[in-house]
Amino acid sequence: MRGHRIKNRTIRKLLTNPISVVGLVLIIFFIVIAVVAPWITKPEYPGQPYMIPRSGYSATPEAPSPGHLFGTTEGQYDIYYGIVWGTRTAFRVGLIVVFFTLLIGVPLGAIAAFYGGAIDEIIMRITDIFMTFPFLVAAMVLVVILGRGLNNVMIAMMVFGWMGYTRMIRGDILTIKENDYIAAAHAIGASDFRIILRHVLPNAIYPIFVMATMNIGSMVLTAAALSFLGLGSAVGYADWGQMISFARNWILGTQTNPLAYWYTVIYPGAAIVLFVLAWNLVGDAFRDILDPRMRGSR
Amino acid sequence: MGAYIVRRLMLLPVILIGVTLLIFLMMMLVGPANRVSMYVRPGYKGGVGTIEKLIHKYGFDRPAYEQYYTWLDKVVHGNLGWSQSARMGVTQAIGQALPATAELTLCSVWPIIFLGIWMGFISGTHQDKPIDQITRVVAITGWSLPIFVLGLLLLMIFYGVTGWFPPGRLSLWAQQIVMSSKFHNYTGMYILDSILNGNWRILLDALRHMVLPVITLSYASWALILRIMRSSMLETLRQDYVRTARAKGLSEKVVLKKHARRNALIPVATISGLMIIGLLGGVVLTETIFNIHGLGRFAAQAALAMDLPAILGFALFYGFVIVFLNLLVDISYGLIDPRVRYE
Repeated sequence: MRGHRIKNRTIRKLLTNPISVVGLVLIIFFIVIAVVAPWITKPEYPGQPYMIPRSGYSATPEAPSPGHLFGTTEGQYDIYYGIVWGTRTAFRVGLIVVFFTLLIGVPLGAIAAFYGGAIDEIIMRITDIFMTFPFLVAAMVLVVILGRGLNNVMIAMMVFGWMGYTRMIRGDILTIKENDYIAAAHAIGASDFRIILRHVLPNAIYPIFVMATMNIGSMVLTAAALSFLGLGSAVGYADWGQMISFARNWILGTQTNPLAYWYTVIYPGAAIVLFVLAWNLVGDAFRDILDPRMRGSR
Repeated sequence: MGAYIVRRLMLLPVILIGVTLLIFLMMMLVGPANRVSMYVRPGYKGGVGTIEKLIHKYGFDRPAYEQYYTWLDKVVHGNLGWSQSARMGVTQAIGQALPATAELTLCSVWPIIFLGIWMGFISGTHQDKPIDQITRVVAITGWSLPIFVLGLLLLMIFYGVTGWFPPGRLSLWAQQIVMSSKFHNYTGMYILDSILNGNWRILLDALRHMVLPVITLSYASWALILRIMRSSMLETLRQDYVRTARAKGLSEKVVLKKHARRNALIPVATISGLMIIGLLGGVVLTETIFNIHGLGRFAAQAALAMDLPAILGFALFYGFVIVFLNLLVDISYGLIDPRVRYE
């Protein structure tokens, strides 16, 4: 009963908070785009819908026209197509990476907190060592070792993306274990299993939820950064980060019009910013609702 | 305090060994034949069986712990291998690239800390006022605006359209002066060196090239500090000791600055270690965009060229730098927060 009430209140607040509503609308918008992608843009290569069709081989980008709604970028790749199908790439990267980092991070943190002692010490020192490297740098190094490509980028981000969850769930469980209601549950003879399932986890899982929501955005951001550096997907694959790296050579425009190639940066840039912003807004509102003290990250 | 520092120092070797182990493990993911190629110059011709001979010569067929030891021995002696993309030893390449990165990060840290704390303070004391709403928007966009998009947009406007802030570290004419014998390179950081040389034109030029990279690199971290400071301020202002201070009749200025702000700074200090790590990660993108020949650009080019010794040496160097910076942060944290000392 108690859990249900919390959930209902949370959902109601999410739907009345203007910040989170903007975020939710954006996420739904991106989901719709991802779902209807084959109908609003026609794949040119059968069996390879993620490869962006190109109209010619000229390097110079071409301005938006009826044939190319957002114009073409370097190498005549259609920007509109790349953004629409890139939405699917973004969801795939964000959801899969966050799912697997949760799968690694949460059990490790829970084990550390439950067993304590040497096991706790070992797990947390390993966590510290993994956290020594900036996420982007660590992922970059591992991609160089595993080889270029979107799948290896995702694997690298999983290997170096779990530590936040481990630290958070460990801290939360340790705090919750000290609460009077846990002692009370022990006193009335509740089993360890029941206490963990009914009292510890429900209270520890919400902050993890907030973190995971926000991480979907930041994972997409890091993947885009790696693609921007040229370590991501194959050339011509629908990937927002790669589209921005195409734009790099064209930001200065022509002699007469310095903003001549604005569309090569603005459209893919807007797609990334809005996607990440959406998850951050929802996560942010989520946190404010769940934590009345409105603390920053722990 | 002494016991706290000793405890923290005792952890240092554990972390350092862990960092080298992690890098070594990643290196071992690469097969022996590929690792041998790191030691062979292009164009090297050998007969059949050369690879096997080389693998044996370099000891890549030995047990892992032995290889770890020989590798560590080389690292300790400053030998990180040969970088194909930089066409020089990795250690030498890192040494050459370091000043530019040090200059960029040192210039970025101050606006982040001071502007971030100040704006977070203002925002927290004016909750829900217009200034607070503006800072909140800045903070949220800071999280969502990728460095590489922000950097390109800034270049587009402030270099492409207005021509005010060009990329690179110096203009061509300034570069010629810096490379000439008249200019003494003390640190390799042009801002500092130009002051030491008393050359104000170079100083102005270096500063002009530093504006956009600093904004690009610091924006995200600045937004983070601002956000933490704001929420920490809000929480501190609800504490009993703040009410007590007000009840005693202290002026609002004293209450805010002496009682609230000091305590609100503790979470900011906690996050500053993470901020430094994030900043050093952002260097890779910022230097790539603004064509600054520093560590980040070196790493990005090494990665693009699949230059293993360079990228591993870079990671190792970065790891060590961060471990020591974290140590400094933790010690200063102990100075700020008395509770940490007696834990």
